[in-house]
Amino acid sequence: MSKIREMVNVFIMGEANEVPAGSTIIMAFEYAGYQLKKGIGCREGFCGACATIYREKGDYKLKGGLACQTVVTDGMSLVQIPFVPAEKPIYNMDEITPDINTIKELFPTVFRCVSCNTCTKACPQDIQVMDYVQALKRGDIARTANLSFDCIRCGLCALRCPSEIVQYNAATLARRLYGKYLAKKSPELEKSVNEIEKGKYDKELAELAKMDRKKLTEKYYSREIKLK
Amino acid sequence: MYPEYMMESIKKVEKTRPHRLEIVKKYGKQVFPAMSEKERDEILNKYHPDYKTEARREVRVGPNKGEKLTTKVADMLESHSRIDPKMFDLEKVDHETDVMVIGAGSAGMASAITAANNGSDVLIVTKLRLGDSNSMMAQGGIQAADQDDDSPSIHYLDVIGGGHFDNKPKLVEALVKDGPKSIQWLENLGVMFDKNPNGSMSVKPGGGTSRSRMHSTRDYTGAGICRVLRDEVYNKPDKIKYIEYTAIVELILNKKGHAVGAVAYHLDTKQYSIVKAKSIIIATGGFGRLHVGGFETTNHYGATADGLMLAYRAGANLLYMDSVQYHPTGAVFPEQIVGFLCTEKIRTLGAQPLNKNGELFVYPLEPRDIEASSFIRETINGMGIETPSGLKGIWLDSPLIEKIEGDGTIEKTLPAMLRQFSRFDIDIRKYPMLVYPTLHYQNGGIEINQKAETKIKGLYVAGEASGGVHGRNRLMGNSQLDIIVFGRRAGLNASKRAKGKVAFGKFSLEHVNKYEKEVSKLKIDKNKIAPVILPDYIPDHVKKRQMTSEFYGTLS
Repeated sequence: MSKIREMVNVFIMGEANEVPAGSTIIMAFEYAGYQLKKGIGCREGFCGACATIYREKGDYKLKGGLACQTVVTDGMSLVQIPFVPAEKPIYNMDEITPDINTIKELFPTVFRCVSCNTCTKACPQDIQVMDYVQALKRGDIARTANLSFDCIRCGLCALRCPSEIVQYNAATLARRLYGKYLAKKSPELEKSVNEIEKGKYDKELAELAKMDRKKLTEKYYSREIKLK
Repeated sequence: MYPEYMMESIKKVEKTRPHRLEIVKKYGKQVFPAMSEKERDEILNKYHPDYKTEARREVRVGPNKGEKLTTKVADMLESHSRIDPKMFDLEKVDHETDVMVIGAGSAGMASAITAANNGSDVLIVTKLRLGDSNSMMAQGGIQAADQDDDSPSIHYLDVIGGGHFDNKPKLVEALVKDGPKSIQWLENLGVMFDKNPNGSMSVKPGGGTSRSRMHSTRDYTGAGICRVLRDEVYNKPDKIKYIEYTAIVELILNKKGHAVGAVAYHLDTKQYSIVKAKSIIIATGGFGRLHVGGFETTNHYGATADGLMLAYRAGANLLYMDSVQYHPTGAVFPEQIVGFLCTEKIRTLGAQPLNKNGELFVYPLEPRDIEASSFIRETINGMGIETPSGLKGIWLDSPLIEKIEGDGTIEKTLPAMLRQFSRFDIDIRKYPMLVYPTLHYQNGGIEINQKAETKIKGLYVAGEASGGVHGRNRLMGNSQLDIIVFGRRAGLNASKRAKGKVAFGKFSLEHVNKYEKEVSKLKIDKNKIAPVILPDYIPDHVKKRQMTSEFYGTLS
């Protein structure tokens, strides 16, 4: 906020505040005098800690967004949602299977989806939430994992869902099942782990660790660069 | 969208693009000569922010007394405690555990899971929520030498050369040797790594790497890992307890100087409590939110180097706290995202840094300090592009990526970046991004050994809060590896110690009194207190009206 600029009126948790136009909601809070402790996180759209519910002037709709990514408009009214008190089932990843039975057991609410698409509309990441819920109902773990990949777990989907589904927790489970059980294993990874465990590089590494700076510098600047 | 005058410069970028594409087709990644040792030294000395005279000063208190440290760090270390030890009855313990973990990023959570799996009871104390950390924000990747043309020894050489040979050899050895095993551990927990159709890892190079060994989960690599670790912590309610919105403000030592507990402070209710633990792991991350050198930062709201202050006051040594990492590519336009990270992966995919005339002026994959210095040089020489608010930057030609790798590459591999800029009406598939170095990483930290132990018995450190493994410059993707490798090592060793017989003895905050005496001699303003806990962005005209004790310091 380096320059003098136009101000707008924003209702922060119900109170009117004048803040500079172009501010994000987080900037507006701080300009108004708040040192936030809840409802704030990475400030760059990666952590989902700053979910906001807001309404714009003249609009009847309640919208969802991230406070660090949403620019205020004149007459906007907003409230922060630091977390959603949603249910999170406990499971042991070694004892579950990557199929519909696991979903039935751990997330039975998924099957109550009425396809209203409210979750998708609420998502600040533009994820096709309802589509992955449908995939989950069919036991399609891979599609759920793929569609939900960019989820930052802000919880706005679950908050708006009329069927009380906790989409983001179900999606987390789907991605973990995919990563652990369904993704093809990398042959090189297993090979390299075995080689290292058998001590294949121990001697080389011990020599490098003992090497003086001059020799190390020479070795570094003359190393072969092979980039794929 | 970019204003008209910036579009003029973008036209020049578009004009040079076909020729630059020809060069890529001919020479692959080697589109510009990499710098020699001499050239590297010269550019760092002349342009890196660490080499300015005001960047460092002697610290006057504590274990590193007399050593030149980053000025902002020295300022923080010369601070008063948040507490008056007289007011605490340390006999009244509120929480007791085997292993206490301070901080809940990936290093903290990896250590908690490892300690719990080894049979210990764990208590995580974090000032925000589980997972709220720089770990969650990492984008580009995690290094590990698991490819056929690679080896831990080659990785070792890249790490230590990138760190200017100041790295602690034993720590580097641990880092590279545990690399592939760490990837395997994460995959077994359910991390979805980017793969080729045959299951092999889809790897890319990074700045300063001699092989392609960057593993990723799209451009959400940090989140791809951190959210899995968090879910795993949630799944172990019997072994891992956690307390959120609670900062640790001091460590508690016994008469022998061993770490045996800590004083915790709840941010909202302002209650203090006493934690007793057989082992303590500091995993509090780095210092970006101190805005070293006045720079904008890519860092999380909570990155205020709290662990550094706690450990230093308790007598731990700091290493390389004269060295700061500026990430070459922080956003400078639009204003709402100034300082935000534009992942190095953009360059590993082929995007090139260009000046206002659309000319390439540096090898796009130099180590970060070299690359950042070259950007600063370019703008000082008048070759940068100025934003409407007066900041300067250089172009990062993202549209080139799809010319090289094909249409759809950006949406598939850089969804976070595409989304970030499109929120402000810039399509990075069509237009370049304007970038400038931004404060990114604390290269140094609390000194540890291969077991993540400090010189204080019972105190372990993992991740960005520790120092030595990256020397004076970390390479891309080695932080994500560091937090898993040393997180697990800290967890295991802390748990092993907790399983033995730990003699607690009498609890004491005498080290706080002793440190306070040193600080008082310097006549430091009484409102200067640390750990900082949270940054303060309230504007001055409002601050002047906030006169209750709550607003002294940065947080009451």
